[in-house]
Parts: sequence; structure tokens; C-alpha cells
Amino acid sequence: MKILKIPLSAVFLALLLLPAWLQAADFIESAAFSGKNGIAVAFAVPVDKTAAGEVSRYTVYEENDPDIKLSLASAALGSDGRSLQLLFAEPLNSAKTHVVRVQGLGDGAELNFKVAKPYFGHLFSILVAALLINNFVFTKYLGLCVFFGTSKRKKTAKGMGVVFTIVMVASASMSWLFYQFTLIPFHLDFLQIVVFIGLVSLTVQAVDTILRKVNPVLFNSFGVYLVLVIANCVIIAVPLIMSSLNYNFLETFMLALGAGGGFLLALYLMSSVRERLELAKIPPTFKGLPIAFIVAGQFALAFLGFSGLQLF
Amino acid sequence: MTTSSNTKTPWELLSRGILSENPIFRLALSMCPAVGISTTVMNGLMLGVAVLLVQVFSSVTISLFKNQIHPRIRIPTYTLTIATWVTVIDLVMAAYLPGAYAKMGIFIKLIVAFAIITMRLEMFACKENAADSFWDGVGMGLGFMVGMVVIGFVRELLGSGAILGYDVLGFKPLLFFILPSAGFFVVGLMMAFFNWVELVYKRRKGIQS
Repeated sequence: MKILKIPLSAVFLALLLLPAWLQAADFIESAAFSGKNGIAVAFAVPVDKTAAGEVSRYTVYEENDPDIKLSLASAALGSDGRSLQLLFAEPLNSAKTHVVRVQGLGDGAELNFKVAKPYFGHLFSILVAALLINNFVFTKYLGLCVFFGTSKRKKTAKGMGVVFTIVMVASASMSWLFYQFTLIPFHLDFLQIVVFIGLVSLTVQAVDTILRKVNPVLFNSFGVYLVLVIANCVIIAVPLIMSSLNYNFLETFMLALGAGGGFLLALYLMSSVRERLELAKIPPTFKGLPIAFIVAGQFALAFLGFSGLQLF
Repeated sequence: MTTSSNTKTPWELLSRGILSENPIFRLALSMCPAVGISTTVMNGLMLGVAVLLVQVFSSVTISLFKNQIHPRIRIPTYTLTIATWVTVIDLVMAAYLPGAYAKMGIFIKLIVAFAIITMRLEMFACKENAADSFWDGVGMGLGFMVGMVVIGFVRELLGSGAILGYDVLGFKPLLFFILPSAGFFVVGLMMAFFNWVELVYKRRKGIQS
């Protein structure tokens, strides 16, 4: 328990500090992406027009790639002297945090601030990406065994999807805590596969036991699917993606929620089609799995349409 | 050979994995990579080799320690054994074949969740001796590899008109097959084809007898 207390308080501290991280300096009132290749900055006091207009004073890069400087096309100060519009030669990747450095503006020293998407927008985009754009079944091709095995009936599909979502969120949260506070400090991250699969099995066992005691009715309807969940690639993929992209806790939570929801969506869509397929006249060679694969292929083509979807 | 009367010869174990119990086409297990990354022959071959190695090493390990494993904790033991060998293969591939490893993405790590490997440990390796388990593992691994290579062959030939990166046809018949979602169609059509072969074979046999 003692080990757990520090991480939890650290998480809350990080949550409290988030708004402060978004607004860098008092001199800058706001900085946000505008359009595809622009950044709009609002200053608290009017600044020198000629200095602000010199492109060579600015250095802009993505936070995780400080060596790659982005080329600025123009910097235009508004007539009130407070709103600055930066235009870049190429479109910006607004999913990344950008750092802007300006020489000799304002107090004379170097001005330095970060531009990022609104944090909740960022979290929401992770959720939508896992749910639709990178749907785990139709665009990442994970968990197909369970997907084809349990999508024959709508009722089963719904139960399975809900159980998957619960287990995914629980196991991803646990994996994140373990990864951040045990594996990384002790440089054991090469053991991540062994640790994550152990944690997933443990979570499934825990959900099984807790559900049996707390809500026997729910257990009777969902319990049978729990056995199928243990060694499944969708569940183990979430912690692996989390560790490779270095997500923080909220991002991991959103990824797991989106992945689970996406799996539920895929199962529900597929089971609706398969219930109807039973009434259709199918050539004997295509009965069963072959026709299910072809239906899934059509769904996958339809899900390609979500690529490039951006809400924030 | 000290095999007892009811165990099989290596050749029988091998052919069973490749033909009658082919993991992809007959058992329909471990479909995710068969759909996801079988866009070229090379990808299929690489993942096939990785699965083959993990399967063989895990089978032999479990077979050697089968008397020390308590039956009640056998499934967790299998999982941890597989996870250990996957870690070894994952690190080795990342170090020596970085190009191919980058293309596989997360799928090498996900070998840990392949139903086929756990199933072979549960059904074969925990009962038989190490030599038989070795051949069973080789057979299943080869069966998986053959399946991956066949799907990769069809998709690469139809999608980019090439085999193993060499241009054979000189034109690109259907770019659609290179798209990831075409994997579902190729696997579905192949399963239908094997069903059809089986139907025709049974009908012929029925007429003859």
C-alpha cells in the first residue's frame, strides 16, 4: 500500500498542474493553432511592430524534435499591436506540442512559450482515434479469434464487448502504474511483455472474483466470457501501445476506453450482420467463417472512410 | 528411438501441423497477423520464423519441465514461458533485423497472445517427451509459416505484381490487395477454396466407394 500512495498523489499533482503547463508566461495571454499552418498569439501589452515582424527572430519546433526547426513564412502583428499571426510554409501537426522561441521581444530577453491543443481536445482525439480511426478490429486487425468466435449472437456480442471494455480499462491502468513506477525506475522495461501478460491475467482473475461477490446477476450473464479474455491480443496490445507511445495516465485511460468501445462497436455491427446471414442463402463452401471474413473485409473498407477524421 | 507404440514418427508430426491441422486454414487460430501484416511474402516469412522459434522453444521447455509443473498452475506457467521466449525473440529481432522488425510493428510482441502456441503446449507438450514436442512444434510453426507465406504470395502478386520484392508481372493487377483490409477478403476466399476442395474430394470418394 505504501508504494501505491506516492504514485496516486503524483497523479493528482500532475492533474492540478496541467492548466499551468498550458499557459507558459504571463506576457503571453493565449497561444493557439489557427488554421492548418498558423499559430495565433495574443500578448498582454502591445509589442514593437518591426521586431515582431522579423521572421529571423523566431525559432519554432515540435517539443519532442528540437533539432527539426520549422520554417516560418511570415509573422504579422495586428493593428492593436497585441495579436500576432505566425504563418508557416508547411501545415503543422497540431497533435504535437510546439515550442516557440522569440529573440528580443517584450522584456528584451528570449521569450519562450508552448503551443498545444486544448488538453481535453487532445484526450478526446485519442478516444475517437482508438474508437473509429484506428479501430482495433477493422484497422489494426487485433483480437480476430474472439471477434469471429463470439459475434454470432447480438446478446453474446454485447456482453463480450462490455466485459472487454471493463477488463481493458482496469488492466491498462494497472499496467501504466506498474510500468511508470517499477519498470522504468529499475530499467526493467525489456520485461514489459512478461509483466503485462501477468498483470492482464491477474486483472481478469480479480474482475472474476469481485464480480462474483458484488453482483452475482451480472456475473451469471458475463462470467462465461471472462475465460476467453485472458490471453487475447487486444487486451495485451493496449499496454504495449501505451508504453511505446509513452502515454500519461489520462491518455492511457482514454486509449483503453476507446479500444474497448471500438471492440464493442465492431462486435455489435458484426453480430447484427451475422444474425441476418443465417437467413440468407449462402453457397455451402462459404458457410461459416469464409463469409464472416468477407463481411469483416467490407466493414474494414467502410472504416477506412474514418481516416483523417479530426474533431479538434 | 525409444518412442512407445502410440507416439508418432517425426514425419507424421510435421505433416500434421502443415496439412491436416494447419493453424491458419484448418484450425482458424491466430488470424490477426494473417490478416494484418501478410501484405508481402517477406513479412509472412519473418513472422512465421518468429512464431516457429517461439513455438519450438516453448514446447521443448514445457516438455522438459512437465513433471515439475503442478497441474493447477499450468496455464500461468505456459503463459510466462511463452512470454519469456517472445521477449528473447523480440530483442534478438530488434537487434539484428531492425528493418523487418519495424515493419512488423507490435505483432512480434503479440505472439505472446497467440492461441495456437498455448493450445499446443496444453494438448501436446505437457504429455509427450522433448523430441516429439520438438517435432510437433516445428510442424505447427511451419504450418503457420506456410499459411502466412501463401497469403503473402497472393497479396504481393496481385497487389504489386512482385514476389519477394522482385517485379515479375511488370504491372500492378489490383492495388486493392495491398490495402490492409484486403487481408480479410483473401483469407475468406482461401478458406472457401479449401472448403470447396474438401467438398469435391469427398464427393469423388463417395462415388468411388
